[in-house]
Amino acid sequence: MLEAIILSVIAASTPLLLAAAGELVVERSGVLNLGVEGMMIMGAACGFAGAYVSGSTLVGAFCGALAGVALSSIFALLTQGLAVNQVATGLALTILGVGLSGLIGAGFVGDRIDPVPQLNLPFLTGIPGIGRIVFGQDAFVYVSIALVIGIWLFLYRTRAGLVLRAVGDNQTSAHALGYPVLRIRVLAIFFGGACAGLAGAFLPLAYTPFFIPGMTAGRGWIALALVVFASWRPGRLVAGAYLFGAVTILQLHAQALGLGIPSQLMSSLPYLATVIVLVLISRARSTAGSAAPASLGMVFVPDR
Amino acid sequence: MKHRLVFGAAAALVAVAAATFGAPAAEKLKIGFIYLGPVGDFGWTYQHEVARQGLVKALGDKIDTTFLENVNEGPDSERSIEQLARTGHQLIFTTSFGYMDPTIKVATKYPKVDFEHATGFKRAPNVSTYSGRFYEGRYIQGVIAAKMSKVGVLGYIASFPIPEVISGINATMLGAQTVNPNIKVKIIWVNTWFDPGKEADAAKALADQGADVLMQHTDSPAAMQIAAQRGIYAFGQDSDMTKFGPKSQLTSIIDNWAPYYIQRAKDMIDGTWKSTDTWGGLNSSLVVMAPYANMPDDVKKLAMDTEAAIKGGTLHPFKCPITDQDGKTVECKGGSNLDDGQILSMNFYVKGVDDKIPGK
Repeated sequence: MLEAIILSVIAASTPLLLAAAGELVVERSGVLNLGVEGMMIMGAACGFAGAYVSGSTLVGAFCGALAGVALSSIFALLTQGLAVNQVATGLALTILGVGLSGLIGAGFVGDRIDPVPQLNLPFLTGIPGIGRIVFGQDAFVYVSIALVIGIWLFLYRTRAGLVLRAVGDNQTSAHALGYPVLRIRVLAIFFGGACAGLAGAFLPLAYTPFFIPGMTAGRGWIALALVVFASWRPGRLVAGAYLFGAVTILQLHAQALGLGIPSQLMSSLPYLATVIVLVLISRARSTAGSAAPASLGMVFVPDR
Repeated sequence: MKHRLVFGAAAALVAVAAATFGAPAAEKLKIGFIYLGPVGDFGWTYQHEVARQGLVKALGDKIDTTFLENVNEGPDSERSIEQLARTGHQLIFTTSFGYMDPTIKVATKYPKVDFEHATGFKRAPNVSTYSGRFYEGRYIQGVIAAKMSKVGVLGYIASFPIPEVISGINATMLGAQTVNPNIKVKIIWVNTWFDPGKEADAAKALADQGADVLMQHTDSPAAMQIAAQRGIYAFGQDSDMTKFGPKSQLTSIIDNWAPYYIQRAKDMIDGTWKSTDTWGGLNSSLVVMAPYANMPDDVKKLAMDTEAAIKGGTLHPFKCPITDQDGKTVECKGGSNLDDGQILSMNFYVKGVDDKIPGK
């Protein structure tokens, strides 16, 4: 039973982790993209459409990521090209994404596809207990872990990552040093869009293999909150995503076991747990002030 | 060039004028619909949309319909209902329990507009209520479930602890207990009508904990799909969900609103519309069962016999005496069965349910 619970937790946490990882990079470059929910659901709609039409979930995943990039390119054009307020644009993007995905996906409601295949190594997957957990997941799960490791290496071990962080912390100085601030941010936004689109595609390709308008049900907003929870650090992001997923699944199991705790309280438990852990980590930190990139959300217009 | 432009504009004007004055004199009845979820939810809202399309097909050019989907229950809904009332809609259907107070509020402001509120209990001179006796279908499902369950544990995905949902759970249990007096049910409250991911998680949790027949009071086919994946049985909800679980779906309670909608629209057109309360069940075809499938012939026969008995009035799901969870006998206000008022305000579990109603 524990194995079944862990498998459910991993499945529930993966879309959050994928979307939040992309958003982490975007916010580290100084851009606050509130359009994650819109990009996720566009990824869901286009991902399902791609998989249904082509018969391949790989094509579907690709389509989902592309849809995220396409939507985020609107955001990039507005906020970086035209220096529009990032918060407003992000919110508008969410509304646009949700509506557009409903339009695109409307023709696919009621269709079914075969879900993404899960890894099946001859001996390893059969190990009782941990076999399926470690060696029996689908590609999205492995990609999400690899993505977080890759992002960590990129941000902290490469020069390009250092430059990205510099742009996020002090855009004026970075510009003065000659780094192409706008271009770096646009690339980061595209990356974030691809991740959010991929996260959205996970839902109809692996989680519940059908498409229904609105199926992300607010996961994009949770991903945004997880980035803050993680203090913009990739390692903490994994912990946060899995914590949230775990409490979500455990509260359902607790209800089924008949523990007698009011279900409304149980439903709010994932959010409560996340806030409590955030308070505890914040108190333990020695430095005062926020860990946010200092230029987060600030519009950048290169001096003429 | 200039001549052609002027000629073209004149022709366009004449055409528009002809269309306006040449149109039939009768004004179309404008009917509005407020939907809780997306029409593509393949569940609750989908069935209302199917009925609306049936309405358009039946009354065609006498009516004009509009619908607003994804309207959240709460302050948002009041704004949406008012929007329809303000824009000339004479008959407005609000299709969810949570629209009850907003509907009454808007109805008081627009006494000349008529409203139909689904699954509610507050009425006014210009507000009717309508609902289906879904509990009749639940009773039949309980009978089938107890027959098909090998371990005697049912899994129930419930949305909100309102009387309609609770009476559904109770009817299921009462039906199941006629086959297996020791049947058990595990209930998960997901606190949403529609969230495919959460419903799938709940279905997985129930299956992991040993339930081998799943039922739901939520709107998406996620649980049916999980049942298909796990090789267990499930009941669809609101629509026929066979597509998502061809070997798993035993039956489904289908909401058949079209005949009611057509009748009410006709009443409006004839000027005979009055505020009424309609609670139709199997015998008025407001509730229809999907074809019984994936079960042996004797179970099918039992299900059909039960359905016929309820339709004919010889069997009532809430036949007295009813014992509640604490062992007390519930007062029987309807003679030989609980009366409508008791079912509509049901806030207790029957004996055999090992759960506490959230919030009590």
